[in-house]
Amino acid sequence: MNPAFSIVFFTTASGAGFGLLTLIGVAAPVGLVPQTPWFGFVALATATVLAAAGLLASFLHLGRPERAWRAFSQWRTSWLSREGALSVLTFVPSAIFAIGWLLLGRTGGLFGLCGILAAALAVGTLYCTGMIYRSLKPIQQWHNRWVVPNYLALGLMSGLLLLDLIVRFWAWPTGIPLITLVAIALAWLIKERYWRFIDTASAPSTVASATGLGRRGKVRMLEPPNTEENYLLKEMGFRIARKHRIRLRLVARVAGFAVPLLATLVALLATSALAAALAVLSAALGLVAERWLFFAEAKHTVMLYYGAETV
Amino acid sequence: MTDLPTPVAAGKKLGLVIDLDVCVGCHACATACKEWNSGGHSAPLPDFNPYGEDAWGVWFNRVHSFEEGDGEGARTVHFPRSCLHCEEPACVTVCPTGASYKRAEDGIVLVNADICIGCKLCSWACPYGAREFDEDAGVMKKCTLCIDRIYNDNLAEEERVPACVMVCPTSARHYGDLGDPNSAVSEMVAARGGKDLMPELGYRPVNKYLPPRRTPGESLAAIAARAPAPEPPPTGDNRLLRWVDRLLSR
Repeated sequence: MNPAFSIVFFTTASGAGFGLLTLIGVAAPVGLVPQTPWFGFVALATATVLAAAGLLASFLHLGRPERAWRAFSQWRTSWLSREGALSVLTFVPSAIFAIGWLLLGRTGGLFGLCGILAAALAVGTLYCTGMIYRSLKPIQQWHNRWVVPNYLALGLMSGLLLLDLIVRFWAWPTGIPLITLVAIALAWLIKERYWRFIDTASAPSTVASATGLGRRGKVRMLEPPNTEENYLLKEMGFRIARKHRIRLRLVARVAGFAVPLLATLVALLATSALAAALAVLSAALGLVAERWLFFAEAKHTVMLYYGAETV
Repeated sequence: MTDLPTPVAAGKKLGLVIDLDVCVGCHACATACKEWNSGGHSAPLPDFNPYGEDAWGVWFNRVHSFEEGDGEGARTVHFPRSCLHCEEPACVTVCPTGASYKRAEDGIVLVNADICIGCKLCSWACPYGAREFDEDAGVMKKCTLCIDRIYNDNLAEEERVPACVMVCPTSARHYGDLGDPNSAVSEMVAARGGKDLMPELGYRPVNKYLPPRRTPGESLAAIAARAPAPEPPPTGDNRLLRWVDRLLSR
């Protein structure tokens, strides 16, 4: 599948934004983060800007962005519609939560409930993002049980890395770095299991099942229908060279997981905000590589009609 | 709504039956489809850079060619590919706007170009590559089963069939109601063992493909050996008779 920049940026940025919002929405009402409105402002602004920037980037992917509002209507069947609706709904309780915290200095009571509601909607948005891909049967690399945990774990991991950085400016002694370490390890484990799955599992569809042929023996393409490119080949026919795939997985492993893990550990032991910042920057780079690969490694069944024998 | 319509008992399922034994791969169906639909319900079907090096465009029907088997038992199979108007079309249910829909009355899957936002998710959800994006209009396009022909009172009755069916010079394409077990297309599917494409994905396509007929059990060399030997020319060595024979054989 074609790794469109707008979707790679959207899913990584929004993932981090909604991940951070989930954590603050739960942690602030129960007093696990600094209660000063200034902390609330920095944390909520970071989360909102990331989530909103991602959503705006996703508009760039649309053929008719001015009609984007129509995408909220089909929540009964479409995971994309559910994602759109939940992502916008999230901003309602989070705005009330922000008013209470930033203007009135209160994170409990009704405002606390709104924080928890915002967290629930934010995590629901992450779940919907995963389900958009999980529900697509023609793409074996997406239609599997590792995809939704992958999106949830990476969203929460990037949120925790940001939170760990922000709380350091208020010299806040909590278990956040420890939780972050666990989250990075867990997200890494899920990603490794995902990669092992797509490397070993074979898709149910073959060129024989795609054509209904095979009674006489092996089926292979003789001629494609057209000599030039077409939409299907541009959109679903993206292929990545094996050596690039191996290198990009290395980038995702090192920058996305190994460096953030070590930097967070250093930040914990040496109480270094610089190390926490390094963890965030490295994870951003690594997750873009990870998300780019998520698309580049995905193979669509339509390629069975264009010379692929399996997908 | 992109909910699928509740199936009507004995409801119509309009679709195509494509005979892979008969198709000669002439691409007339693809060309006729392009021609009709360039002015039809989903018009235009744009071409990009049509006279340049990387010409490409939107087509609803494309003809692939495959080889099946090896050696003398092998054959070339031409394979037209278009929308199968599935009974479980994920292209419809994934649509976030309701632009993609399946008609309750005849099962045809269509796109409402006025509300499509061009997110392309439906084309990802279709295993068969039936949908192609119109970059000019920013919306998705697909086969309409020539809805503007089959219900078109301005056309003579025999022309109220999809353009691809009408133009096929070998009658490899058949149009009809696959929801009616007694229709000509349903009987053809039953007699020839018509197949669903990628049945394992559960989309339940309405269109069926008739596989190439079996080759006889004996080898082609054995069949050729049974053919009668050619008769020797009756003319012998007579040059005049040979000349008359040549003249009459023209």
